[in-house]
Amino acid sequence: MTAMLEMRNVSKSFSGVQALRDVNFSVEAGQIHALVGENGAGKSTLMKVLSGVYPAGSYEGTIVFEGEERRFRDINDSEALGIIIIHQELALIPLMSIAENIFLSHPPSKFGVIDRDEVYKRTRELLAQVGLKESPDTLITDLGVGKQQLVEIAKALSKRVRMLILDEPTASLNEADSAALLERLMKFREQGIGSILISHKLNEVAKVADHITVLRDGRTVDGIDCRAEPIQEDRIIRSMVNRDLAHRFPERSAKIGEPVLEVSNWSVYHPIHPDRQVIKNVKFGVKRGEVVGIAGLMGAGRTEFAMSLFGRSWGTNISGRIALEGHEIALTSVAAAIDAGLAYVTEDRKQLGLILADDVRKNITLASLKQVAPGRVIDDIAELKVASDYRNRMRIRCSDVYQETSQLSGGNQQKVVLSKWLMTDPKVLILDEPTRGIDVGAKYEIYCIINELAEAGRGVVVISSEMPELLGICDRICVMNDGAFVGEFPGAEATQEKIMRAIMRNERSNGNGAVEAAEMGGSQP
Amino acid sequence: MTDKTVSLPEERRHGSFIKNNLRNYGMLMSLLAIMLFFQVMTGGTLLQPLNLTNLVLQNSYIVIMALGMLLVIVTGHIDLSVGSVAGFVGAVAALLMVTYKVDYTLAFIICLAVGAAIGAAQGYWVAYFKIPSFIVTLAGMLVFKGLALAVLQGQSLGPFPSTFQKLSSGFIPELLPEAGTLHPTSMLIGAVLALGLVYASAKSRTREVSHGIEVEPYAFFLGKSIVLACAVLYFTYLIATYRGLPNVLVIMSALIALYGFVTRRTVIGRQIYAVGGNAKAAGLSGIKTERLTFFTFVNMGALAALAGLVFAARLNTATPKAGLGFELDVIAACFIGGASAYGGVGRVGGAVVGAMIMGVMNNGMSILGIGIDYQQVIKGLVLLGAVCIDVYNQRR
Repeated sequence: MTAMLEMRNVSKSFSGVQALRDVNFSVEAGQIHALVGENGAGKSTLMKVLSGVYPAGSYEGTIVFEGEERRFRDINDSEALGIIIIHQELALIPLMSIAENIFLSHPPSKFGVIDRDEVYKRTRELLAQVGLKESPDTLITDLGVGKQQLVEIAKALSKRVRMLILDEPTASLNEADSAALLERLMKFREQGIGSILISHKLNEVAKVADHITVLRDGRTVDGIDCRAEPIQEDRIIRSMVNRDLAHRFPERSAKIGEPVLEVSNWSVYHPIHPDRQVIKNVKFGVKRGEVVGIAGLMGAGRTEFAMSLFGRSWGTNISGRIALEGHEIALTSVAAAIDAGLAYVTEDRKQLGLILADDVRKNITLASLKQVAPGRVIDDIAELKVASDYRNRMRIRCSDVYQETSQLSGGNQQKVVLSKWLMTDPKVLILDEPTRGIDVGAKYEIYCIINELAEAGRGVVVISSEMPELLGICDRICVMNDGAFVGEFPGAEATQEKIMRAIMRNERSNGNGAVEAAEMGGSQP
Repeated sequence: MTDKTVSLPEERRHGSFIKNNLRNYGMLMSLLAIMLFFQVMTGGTLLQPLNLTNLVLQNSYIVIMALGMLLVIVTGHIDLSVGSVAGFVGAVAALLMVTYKVDYTLAFIICLAVGAAIGAAQGYWVAYFKIPSFIVTLAGMLVFKGLALAVLQGQSLGPFPSTFQKLSSGFIPELLPEAGTLHPTSMLIGAVLALGLVYASAKSRTREVSHGIEVEPYAFFLGKSIVLACAVLYFTYLIATYRGLPNVLVIMSALIALYGFVTRRTVIGRQIYAVGGNAKAAGLSGIKTERLTFFTFVNMGALAALAGLVFAARLNTATPKAGLGFELDVIAACFIGGASAYGGVGRVGGAVVGAMIMGVMNNGMSILGIGIDYQQVIKGLVLLGAVCIDVYNQRR
């Protein structure tokens, strides 16, 4: 088969820093081509060259698409040829409906008046095509992230699509939604649409990709034809990080002690719909030195549970008992929770975790300024020392602690957030999706940090949608579904199947419509 | 980090240092350029001792309010009511002192309390009810403009007791024998201040060096200190040859120093910036975001009251038109000084420089005889230009 897209010897540099060096990259029609590599390896840059974000002339090399050399001046040029990119951060307008979003830039119209019947008709067709059962009138803000992703794809399909570029499409999706999305990709393959999939999740890549290209430091370092040879995850990881990862998870020998956090009869209601009980009288506990995972589907109530514990930062009408080290306490504010020894690392580090415009130093000390401010006046030298200390300990890669956190990669940003919470010297740390959107090398470092925390006698709770991760790092896994714990397994005995089965059993007994979705995720090996 | 500093070649260090600091000093350079321009255009009138003193007196209330406004803008809000509040408090002051003959100290304290209470009332809706500050303070602007009219019943009220007038029109008492036109006490204070500033920055530099922290190259430090000391000395010399330091300049300088310290070095200052930078993240780091927002409005109200008192004392009468349009100058000062409309960014020094740029332009253009009509046009363009340059610099 001839290549639909060929990028030859593409090089691109930014003020002296070489982002891409002689990259060769080609995609055939009806091929799912996975592009993997650590953050900063050049994946996004390559896609920006392809889509015309970086116009012709600002890079070296040639792009041949459907047999002709192309010189895109901007993103409109590439879209006109059917090259559609879907970014990691979704570009939908929350307070507009699905239909309005899909036909935002090119609504079917007669004499400049939008033809609403046509809009609805075509929206329904497109939604059916992507498998989204929602009314075209539904507002984006009322949809979950998984469904929003499907709307983005429907939007892409409303244009003439020849090649679809998906940048980390499943980063914020749960297993079931991810599986559904990947199924969609495979359907597009049958229709002859080429897809480029950028992903950190190697199991997904292994599942759908026809070809894998590995980028490292702006070069193509490996190409794997998945139809010709079996996929070895270890080989991919090795090419990505150029180091042998015998294990994706660090070894750990747990020394589990006394209970440190005990929660019982915990109940939380929805802040906007106060009659909806989101967390249903649950019991939960962590011991000193223990890493406890909370598994569950998106919307199971895991984040809500964690945030309600953390100084009631989510929900209303919260009741129940919390005991830290055996003493019952009332945590009525975030400040009280921090003082008591609780820390919560949010799932959304850009929106809720960091002050992006501030530097590394200010972010690290934010939650424990008192430590470096005797008499409420900040001792800048003490602050600098503490921040530099964490920078070295956590191996945060930044030019210095005065660098803005917005300029750091995802993994390093997460290390800054972790440093902030370590500085509060917590007894219990709750980590919500600690490795979301982080490359493999940085993930491993985060796992090591989690181990160190547990070894230091802290209780660690990890909420994650990536089951292999929970299986790899936890001593105990609790399964949450629909606001209650529906299963609990020791880390050694837990498997993805057992976890999914616990969720599904519960969904069936609740007669919940989400069974279908759950089964889709459960069928994965 | 120290290793890296040492390994960098000296020239590159200087280059990158200039680049990094250009933004911080950019506005100050603009101010100097504008002053130089008007100094030449007005044939030296701008920096005449009399004019310089007037310049300080005319702009003191703008600078005072800009200090409060900066904090409000840093938290991501805006206060449109400050002009009306200043006018209203001036009216209340006149009512107390002129009509009811209340002692001026007591009246002064009552007025500040009234301002703080107004700030609290507005801050309450903004911080706890999450009503956009633009709307709350727009309402406040109308309410207090109306109340000022009501209190004064549409008339001007004055004059104030002479001691109260001293707040704006007084100068610090002369303790030393006068030498010609020079006021030695003021000159002495200026000299002590200049030495103090140089000493403090030298001390902090030595401290940083001893902890192995990267500092500005020595040549820059020396140059900066000399320029700073000379500027302070020259400025006080000019002021001292007229009637000495105005009382209001002393108040203003103390406030600038206080707010500069609070924003840069204290926990509460740091937290205010954090709230403006990302309120949700700040909240989840244990910062009481609502309380801080509320506090910035209370503070703004008190400073608006102080500005209202200074303005009333300067005019020696309270008029229903007092404070009209002040909010625009104050907000413009903050933005010209580099504050971000999205919150989280802005410096006290910047706001003060911004206020001075506006003041020098007002004064310079008046001396040149440019009509009030084109003065407004030029000021508007300068505001837009300053913010454009700032946005451009950030993108780079």
